[in-house]
Amino acid sequence: MKTDISLNNVSFAYKKQPILENVTLTIPHREFASIVGPNGGGKTTLLKLLLGLIQPDKGDIQVLGTSPEKARERLGYMPQYAHLDMTFPATVLDVVLMGRLKKSTFWFSRKDRDQALSAIKTVDMAAFAGTGFHELSGGQKQRVLIARALCGRPDILLLDEPTANVDHETEENLFSILQDLNRDMTILVVSHDLGFVSKYVKTVICVNRQVVFHPTTLVEGTMIKDIYYGDLKMVRHDHRCSEEGHCND
Amino acid sequence: MTTGAVKKAIAMIEFFQALVDPDNRFLAYAMAMGGLASIAFGIIGTFVTIKRISYLAGAISHSVFGGIGLALYLQVGMGISWFDPILGAVLAAVVSALVVGLVSIHAKEREDTIIGTLWAVGMACGILFIDRTPGYFNLSSYLFGDILLISHRDLIFVICLDMLIVGVVVLFFNRFFGVCFDNEFTLLRGINTTFFYLFLLVLTALTVVLLVRIVGIVLVIALLTIPPAIAGFYARRLWEMMLYSVILCAAFTWTGLGISYSLSFSSGPTIIVLCGTVYLVLLAANKFIFHLKK
Repeated sequence: MKTDISLNNVSFAYKKQPILENVTLTIPHREFASIVGPNGGGKTTLLKLLLGLIQPDKGDIQVLGTSPEKARERLGYMPQYAHLDMTFPATVLDVVLMGRLKKSTFWFSRKDRDQALSAIKTVDMAAFAGTGFHELSGGQKQRVLIARALCGRPDILLLDEPTANVDHETEENLFSILQDLNRDMTILVVSHDLGFVSKYVKTVICVNRQVVFHPTTLVEGTMIKDIYYGDLKMVRHDHRCSEEGHCND
Repeated sequence: MTTGAVKKAIAMIEFFQALVDPDNRFLAYAMAMGGLASIAFGIIGTFVTIKRISYLAGAISHSVFGGIGLALYLQVGMGISWFDPILGAVLAAVVSALVVGLVSIHAKEREDTIIGTLWAVGMACGILFIDRTPGYFNLSSYLFGDILLISHRDLIFVICLDMLIVGVVVLFFNRFFGVCFDNEFTLLRGINTTFFYLFLLVLTALTVVLLVRIVGIVLVIALLTIPPAIAGFYARRLWEMMLYSVILCAAFTWTGLGISYSLSFSSGPTIIVLCGTVYLVLLAANKFIFHLKK
């Protein structure tokens, strides 16, 4: 099986504080994995290493058979939308076209526009191409950012907390889109929500200084305890909680 | 017609007469300067507003005073006649833009303290240089602007700057858009974001030097950010915001100059009070309408 991403004994420290230690992991082609772990556990650091935004102190990272910097143009990245300026004057098409930015050209061609529109269609936002980005709901913004990551025709899709601040139904929609996309691309999703994501993804990568790579079926209570150093309540998405309290039916 | 209205009408007529009077060439220059400069202000002001770097622009504009002080000292005090204030201002603006830009990229936690320090030190250096320069200088014209200072050479400078800014922005529009909206993503698309960010700051610096002639150092930030802030209420796309900003900026400068001439007010503060008032009224009106819709 073809390997898309491999990390060999990678360590990274920030201000002498170790964030990742001796991480070794391989991600095969067309994997659908979720990167989970506590806050400050190194999820974002791992993502930034894969994107080549930071360099490891030790070890070797290969993405699509080359260095992360060289592989960049074949990666689709979706950041957390909370970092973006919500009053920025831009339409959905303007935002998605950013995914077609290239070093070699100054202006967008007709082909760039077509690719962007087809990516917008993929995430079911075709009716909104001319709408202001700031007028959209949280879930719609997430979908637009996925379209932006998609329209560069990436081999690997990296998503940073795509389900943060969106309701249950929107999450379901997002993941069904991702499931379709997984037919021809590798997908890595960062999430702080272990219970939910494991329902959809093929594998879970647990990050807390060290990295443990598991198939979803193996995610069990004792293992979560090892990773989180404590008891953790599994989020059970087959249950709904009302404002009055938990209803256990 | 009331006497007030008659007086106003006469003042208007006098203003337009003054505009074509060859003895009042400064007024025609000021109006031309205001219109031409609006192109640079509207475009650069839009970037400053959406990238939220008005604080950096403030530090740059106050450093300009240091450059002006140094130039006066070298020119008058040391007898280096070619080193005139505008050259000092341009040099100080470009150097401070690069310093402030690099600080904002690299000094994560202390960014605002360092930029605040550069802001004050730039200004203070200007005063110290002027202290050491023989003769008397009317500082308020640098601080608050003076249309009497505008010369033929300033007009040529504005036309060059307009051409530079329009050319650069047309060529690199998508890159600047990316750097302002999502710097990290743009970097991942292989664009040298540090270069374009610093480039933007240098263009901002040159525009600030230009603005200082019209509204002065202290009021620069207002004229750079208020027209785009108003444009932001109505624009859905970046280029629309730029276009509206240019139009608004020209409207404010012309109207402000007209009022200041008719009523013998200082031009800079008149322009700023005018556009500040319009902005605040529109802001309040928009909030009110928003509440009604709710």
